[in-house]
Order: sequence, then structure tokens, then C-alpha cells
Amino acid sequence: MTGRWEGPLRKIDDYRWEIPQTYKPGMRVPGLVIADETLIELIRRDQALEQVANVATLPGIVKYSLAMPDIHWGYGFPVGGVAAMRVDDGVVSPGGIGFDINCGVRMLRTDLTEAEVRPRIERLADELFKNVPSGVGAVGKIKVSAKDIDQILVQGARWMVERGYGWASDLEVTEEGGAIPGANPDKVSHHAKERGASQLGTLGSGNHFLEVQAVEEIYDPEAARVMGIERAGQVTVFIHCGSRGLGYQVCEDYLRVMDKVLAKYEIRLPDRQLACAPVRSPEGQDYLAAMRGAANFAWANRQLIAYWTRYSFAKIFESTPERLGMHMVYDVAHNIAKMEEYEVDGQMLTLCVHRKGATRAFPPGHPAIPARYRGIGQPVLIPGDMGRYSYVLVGTEEAMRQSWGSTAHGAGRVQSRTAAKKMLKGVDLVAELAKKGIVVRVQNRALLAEEASEAYKDVVEVVNVCHNAGISRKVAKLRPIAVIKG
Amino acid sequence: MGFEFLDHTAEIGVRAWGRDLAEAFAEAARGMFAVMYETDSVGETLTRQIEVSAPDPEALLVEWLNSLLYLATVEHAVFGRFEVAIAPPKDGTEWRLRATVYGDPVDPARHSFGLEVKAATYHGLRVRSLDGRAEVEVILDV
Repeated sequence: MTGRWEGPLRKIDDYRWEIPQTYKPGMRVPGLVIADETLIELIRRDQALEQVANVATLPGIVKYSLAMPDIHWGYGFPVGGVAAMRVDDGVVSPGGIGFDINCGVRMLRTDLTEAEVRPRIERLADELFKNVPSGVGAVGKIKVSAKDIDQILVQGARWMVERGYGWASDLEVTEEGGAIPGANPDKVSHHAKERGASQLGTLGSGNHFLEVQAVEEIYDPEAARVMGIERAGQVTVFIHCGSRGLGYQVCEDYLRVMDKVLAKYEIRLPDRQLACAPVRSPEGQDYLAAMRGAANFAWANRQLIAYWTRYSFAKIFESTPERLGMHMVYDVAHNIAKMEEYEVDGQMLTLCVHRKGATRAFPPGHPAIPARYRGIGQPVLIPGDMGRYSYVLVGTEEAMRQSWGSTAHGAGRVQSRTAAKKMLKGVDLVAELAKKGIVVRVQNRALLAEEASEAYKDVVEVVNVCHNAGISRKVAKLRPIAVIKG
Repeated sequence: MGFEFLDHTAEIGVRAWGRDLAEAFAEAARGMFAVMYETDSVGETLTRQIEVSAPDPEALLVEWLNSLLYLATVEHAVFGRFEVAIAPPKDGTEWRLRATVYGDPVDPARHSFGLEVKAATYHGLRVRSLDGRAEVEVILDV
């Protein structure tokens, strides 16, 4: 099941590659990969492109099965996959969102400079590591009742802000205001609620992290200024995590439901993990109501982590989050399905857009983005690996035309976890990162190699392709100075 | 019987085998917990019963592993030994699995952390049983 993908790829232009609809029986549309010559060679190394072709077989898919430049082999959908389905005759597929529903990134800015933070960086990292639990089985610092969970599923980040875990202004700069409408707690199983109950305020493990950064370079000073990114050396924070066990259980529950109704809806699939149901069916509607609840839970989770991040900075710098200028820049989901309007062949259509490891990238003036950002476009937050860079970009009109308002979400893996470990055997990564000025706190040092730079594509290449293809525009580059991981 | 890890770019695959399906399923569970924790020192201070059913053996494997993930999360437990019995369908029922599982409450000092497994997936899922040997393959989302 491993190995290089040898299927046909037609080069459309420098940044677009097509998998013809004729490649595989059952494909309803072609595949379209946004990549350059260098990235496409890396992408061909595993079976991600077969997964792009598989997604193209799903009922109701419009125009193409899309892959972002950071695409890699996943399960069912590729990671970095985007697919838009017609609401009338299309499907919703839980695997097209993933187990970690509303995995996403939140960014905070500060008035602090790297020079001010450096002398206390070890203490700051310790404090963050203590206050933001990470790793397997981590338990959050707040206890919530079953009734609380039901409210959180509907109210999302607002539930936290109303209890003092954040600022009202945080909600204005969170996708969907931190709570997507249409969530129904009754559609989220008891098991899912139980599984998430103790995990609010925790990061998880794998590629999830909390990163303290310094601004390295600003490409678009005007857009950066609107986001509160003013100068090189300014300290910022990325929080990358999702809906924890609650989201995983929602996905599992509905994969089981949909696996059993495939025959009823006469849906044939090349991969069982693509299980789906018509958007308008009871199963599809129930999943969407549950998924929205899990998405809201994730926004509440990142809200709480942002609170503990502010708390930790205030403690170490003997100040308050307000005086440190710790405003939120934005919070964006990269594993989610949304109902969105697009012009298709001269007609406005509502589509169910699946983003599985892809970031929404709406253009200036779009009604769904905060008033503050209407002039510049929606902020796009793309974390790289822990040894290199992360990026802030903005959405574009071109993304609306080319990629269902979507762009990349990260660097994208190129090495398996075992291969990365083998390659870095005997290397003291904590010391290597320290040499680069990056302080690391991790639950298990042995796992660090799996997330090393060597395991990922260079995020610089991914971001440059997004920028050059026009599906988002570079605003600023951030360099990690402290990383908290599971 | 035993298990090994399979290469996957982003996730982790587990291949497990035994004399029959029950043994192979137990080994798959051992493999999954070995991804999450240092499991050599897991004791048996906790005992739990699990019962799951599914339309086919493949889905039964996914159900089994996911029910263990649920249990491990809500009980803050790590499991190390699995007594599994599997019954094929009869008279229109589904495949059924009953198990007694043994483990400990998680103690960070003893069970050092590995990777959190989010779920067992249907992608690349394989269950084979032939002449006194059963083998399964499953990809875990981490």
C-alpha cells in the first residue's frame, strides 16, 4: 500500500496539475493539484494522489477533487484535500473533515520583543508547559458538567469568554465568531461528550503544539499592521490543536452510521474510509449538526488555551495580558465542512465544502470575515515544522475562483514517523534546536524526531506556491523561539 | 502471535497476527497501546469488559480498537492484556466480540507517553484468517 504513485498527471501551468477523469473508473471530475515541479515530485512519493482520485468518485462533487501544495497521504481523503459537493445531490463525508474536527490555528500578538523575552524564555516555556497540558491522556485544568458540555457544543468560544476565559474582542476575530450555527448537542453521543469532558484546555499530541515566535520578516506591511504585526522581532504565539476526544468520537460514530447506509443510498466507494451520506439525508444532517458541535468545542478549547497562554505571559513578565498587548489576531479551522456560496458556470450555488487539512482563505470584502479584515482579506495561519518557520497570509479572490476559497494548512509530511526516527537516531534534537535559539518542552523526547524538520516539506516552498499560484498572499514570516508539544 | 508497525507518511499502521482472529485482535490492541504508552510495565489493577458488534470482521476490528480508545480516555487508563472471544454471525446477527481487558490507571512516572491515537481507520484495513493463522492490518490516526 506504500510506494510511489505512477498515475497520469497533466501539467496545466507552473502551479497546477490535473489527474484526468479517465484515470480511474467512477471519477466524476478530474483531480487538480496545486504544486510546482519540486513539490509535485515529493507529492508523488506516496499514495496521496490516489486518494485525490478516490475523492473524485464521491456523488455531487463539483468541478474537481482538489489538493493543496502541502498534500500528503492520509486515510480516505488526503491531508490537504478540498472537495465541494452540491447540496441537492451531493454527499457529506466525515472522513473529508477527519477525526480531529476543527483542528485549527489561533494566533496571538504581543507588544513584547524577542530581546525582552529571551532572558525569560526558559521560565516562560516551563510556565506554558505547566498550564497547557499536552500529550496522551492529558487532563485539563477546568471541570465541566454534562450540562456545560451541551452549552459549549452550541456556544463554542463564547461560553469560555462569558466565564472570564478571554476577551469579547477574541470572538470577533474567530472564524464563525467561535460558534458555527446549526450545532445540535442531541446528535453528539454520550460517549463523545464523556471523552471530551476532561480535555478542555489540552493540546493533544502528534503535530499539535503551542509555539512562541518572533516576527522574522514582513512582506505586506499594510496588511500586517491591520493584524497588529508591526515590526521584526515582535513576539507572537500560534496555538495548533482541535476538538480532542469529543471530535474523534463524533467522527467514529458517524463513520459507523454512514458505513451502514451506503447500500440504501446506492453509493459505491473505492475506500471504506470515504463513507458518506447525502447532504440532505437524515444521516447527513445529523452528522453536520454533530460536527458543528465538535467544531464549537474546538473553538472553546483554543479559547481556553489562549487564556492560559495570556496568564503564563502575564505571570512571567509580571504584567497583565492587556498591558502586554496580547490581542488575538485570528483563529481559523483547517478540518471542517462548511456551507458556502460560489459562482459555478455563471450560477450561484450553495456547496458543502470539505476542508481536510486546508485553510479557508476568503478575499477582501467577503461578508464572512471580520469587519476589521474586510480591507485586507481573511488572515491565513500556516504553521511550519518546529525547526523552521510559520507564516501569516491573507485570502484572495483567486482562491475563490481556483480552490473553493482554500489554501494550504502546513508544511505537509514527507517522511514517515519511523523513517524520521531512524534518520535522526542518536541526534540530540533538543540540543540541535537550542543551537537555533528554539527552546523545547515536550512530554516525550523520543517522539521529537517524528516531528523534526526532516520529516516535513519545507514550509517556505509550500507557502511560495500558495502565493505564486495566487490562492493566498504572504504577509509575514514567523520564527519559533519556544515550542510546547505532547 | 505478535505485532509490528507499518510505514505511513503521517499515520501509523499496525500489523498483528495470531493463531485465530481473537489472538490477532488482541495483538492489534497491544500494538495500539504501545503507540500511546510505554506498556512493558502495565499491571492488572483494572479489569474491564467490552462487547462490540459489527457487520463484518474488518468493521469489528475498528469497533474493538475504538471502544478501547474511548475506555482508555474516560477511565484515564492504559491496558496491557486482552482476553478476546469472537463469534461469527448467526441467524442474521452481526459479528460479535467480547473481551476482558486488564490494565492500570495512567501513571506518567511509569507509563511514559507516546503518541495519542485519535482513532482506528477503515483505510487500508485488512483482516485475513486461514489455516490456523490470522493476520490483521489497520492504520491508526495519530
